Amino acid sequence: MRVSVQEAPFDLGRESAAFAAGHVDMGAIVTFTGIVRDLPDDPMQAMEIEHYPGMTEAALTDIATQAMTRFSLGDALVIHRYGRLVPGELIMMVATAARHRKDAFEGAEFLMDYLKSRAPFWKREISANGAEWVAAKDEDEAALNRW
Amino acid sequence: MDVLYFAWVRERIGLPREKVETNAATVAELVAELSAREDRYAVAFSDLSALRVAVDQELTDFDAPLAGVREVAFFPPMTGG
Repeated sequence: MRVSVQEAPFDLGRESAAFAAGHVDMGAIVTFTGIVRDLPDDPMQAMEIEHYPGMTEAALTDIATQAMTRFSLGDALVIHRYGRLVPGELIMMVATAARHRKDAFEGAEFLMDYLKSRAPFWKREISANGAEWVAAKDEDEAALNRW
Repeated sequence: MDVLYFAWVRERIGLPREKVETNAATVAELVAELSAREDRYAVAFSDLSALRVAVDQELTDFDAPLAGVREVAFFPPMTGG
């Protein structure tokens, strides 16, 4: 299991390949990647991601540990960036390895649902019209109820 | 103790962290103490339902006790992913 909170970009292909390598007893690998999406009506110049150093790593480790146990994962990976990003850049990725695909998919969804509203990151979108903090969505909080 | 602010809470209060000498027994008492101090705190803390709090880097509630606590952080709901 690995958790990385970093400012630097990551190489999706290399991270995915490294994660998939060496799991002879795991039949399924799922990866999810989040990308900075441009705003159709108000072109985004940048997205700034702030986080809480120390708590972020602890929260992500806790979420990943829960996913490992709950879905009997053989391995889990969470990479999340902070700092200034532009549309098209990769923000984060999760990967899960399990014996069967159902656990790998569900483990990845669990990781995503929890890290959206329980990991201390805050996004701010910057456009020609100014900067605005992204508001948390009720549906993101509601998504936790299914677990 | 150290009090930390993130995102728009940090912007409204105007600093990312500060040392606070307090006898507040709970987070809510600390909030009341800070709000009474200056307007910028009162504004930032005006709607607690829009805020989250972590005590020693663990998410908790506003009625959490502060005895022995080193670090309290205030921030809006998180938007990771």
